Amino acid sequence: MNIVVCVKQVPDTATERKLRSEDKTLDRDAADGVVNELDEYAVEEALRLKEAHGGEVTVLSMGPAKATETIRKALAMGADKAVHLHDDALHGSDALGTSYAVSQALKKIGFDLVILGSESTDARTGMLAAMLAERLGAPQLTLASKVEIEGTAIRVERITDYGYDKVEASLPAVVSVVEKINEPRYPSFKGIMAAKKKPVETLGIADADIAADQVGLANSWSEVVDFAAAPPRAAGTVIKDEGDGGARAAEFLASKKFI
Amino acid sequence: MTVERLLPGQDARDLIELTREIADKELARRADEHERAETYPEGLFATLGSAGLLGLPYPEEYGGSGQPYEVYLQVIEELAARWAAVAVAVSVHTLACFPLAAYGTAEQRERWLPDMLAGRLIGGYSLSEPQAGSDAAALACKAEKTEGGYRITGTKAWITHGGRADFYALFARTGPGPRGVSCFLAPGAAEGLTFGRPEEKMGLHAIPTTTAHWDGALIEADRLVGAEGQGLSIAFGALDSGRLGIAACATGLAQAALDEAVAYAKERETFGKKIIDHQGLGFLLADMAAGVDAARATYIDAARRRDAGLPYSRQASVAKLVATDTAMRVTTDAVQVFGGYGYTREFRVERYMREAKIMQIFEGTNQIQRLVISRHLAR
Repeated sequence: MNIVVCVKQVPDTATERKLRSEDKTLDRDAADGVVNELDEYAVEEALRLKEAHGGEVTVLSMGPAKATETIRKALAMGADKAVHLHDDALHGSDALGTSYAVSQALKKIGFDLVILGSESTDARTGMLAAMLAERLGAPQLTLASKVEIEGTAIRVERITDYGYDKVEASLPAVVSVVEKINEPRYPSFKGIMAAKKKPVETLGIADADIAADQVGLANSWSEVVDFAAAPPRAAGTVIKDEGDGGARAAEFLASKKFI
Repeated sequence: MTVERLLPGQDARDLIELTREIADKELARRADEHERAETYPEGLFATLGSAGLLGLPYPEEYGGSGQPYEVYLQVIEELAARWAAVAVAVSVHTLACFPLAAYGTAEQRERWLPDMLAGRLIGGYSLSEPQAGSDAAALACKAEKTEGGYRITGTKAWITHGGRADFYALFARTGPGPRGVSCFLAPGAAEGLTFGRPEEKMGLHAIPTTTAHWDGALIEADRLVGAEGQGLSIAFGALDSGRLGIAACATGLAQAALDEAVAYAKERETFGKKIIDHQGLGFLLADMAAGVDAARATYIDAARRRDAGLPYSRQASVAKLVATDTAMRVTTDAVQVFGGYGYTREFRVERYMREAKIMQIFEGTNQIQRLVISRHLAR
């Protein structure tokens, strides 16, 4: 089985994240890049499926040059090879442009199964899996907390507000996963050493048959009009218990409509 | 604070980065709870093993990573800065692999080493006895040759990971005198082997330390490591390396105490300024930092000698002595920096001070280290 895992490098959520004033896109140099957390679960699931059913795991990442760090991490966890979709023309692509570019790369790589995290911690649109499935004409199984494959049938448990749905489709398919699905492994030291020797193919837009007028900031369907820094957090309300602390805490919560 | 390390290459930098990630997520987050509740961290050694951290200084052909001691010890230091008990157990496991790796036959190594170095088999080290600690040659536990192997009878003491480990590097007497001791790779589940209740220790609460009672347990002949009678030289060879592990543990512990103390001293104010800006406290912190740096430099120097194939026994003893005495002083001073708060269990420095004490005692008391050093001087 040929599994492709889409991984994204995102700014570390533990550091301060910024937008660039000149084009209102994310300043990817301002913060340390890390693997989008949900994508680590996607890599883990891909590795487990490979261990159970055989095949090959390919990592696909679209991003600037430094996204290779993220690719190496996925390879160190155990993926077999990687494709880095990297072209200055892709900078600033919105979800539609990104899904188009990634789907073109996926067509080029070929796949039985595409796995990705259900959203990224930076843009947080949560739409990429659905858009990819649409563009690839493949069934979408989103928000999966469990994946099973039998022959060409794929069954997932899809989490909902009330529990989960059991969803079945046939391969090839696109699956997005939630953090309940597994516990991602750490790379091993040997895995890190081995990852340095694994092949990473870099694709530009021409290599993946991506039309330049469909991607990039200028061709985005959505536009960031303006942005402002989040206001500093206001000081909290301190309730000193003078016998009526419980009642005053309850009043406060009621005034904020928590109770 | 992240220690800036001079490492021999990119692989070593990657290894330290991996260690920090695992140590931050798996050790630092769990240490307080387990040390307080005195509970064993189930599953943690399996995680460390699959990440490749339990066989670092051993050859790649047996599943190790072929790392020099200079690098392996800095991994131990990083672990110790998050959780001393776990770092000590990793050091002891690595020590317990030493006899087989250095003295085992090719057949013995192929049979057991890969599982040991991958952490699928966790090791303990069993040399001390209730009446034979510093004077290891006085050990009395017997190994009588019999049909198909050796019958072991006697009591061993102070076994880190006792009752939990899968195998023990066991030293027992096959004959009289210092040349009558032999080394065995003893299975933890041998029939006739039982363990005492975990000792109620001052610190290192999460990993049990027990006695072991051997009641005529049979160990197969092919578990004898090295020749009969070679045991003590194997044991002392292992301890030279083990001492470096303890020096690294002590340095990590001291670094953690320094970090906590500095962070607190930058926050806490008295007489209208941060306490770090009072010279009395600032100089105390400076001495602590100097001690930590010196401890690190000393063990790394000894490690480099070992890696270069030079004699390093004296330097290993110096490193163990300097690093553990430094850890005792630095952790004690860290409690001083915290004042009354430092004496409470709310703050980690109280635990660090308790943990430092054992490091002056185990794997050769610091009096024994001075003995080793002075004998080198008298040569």
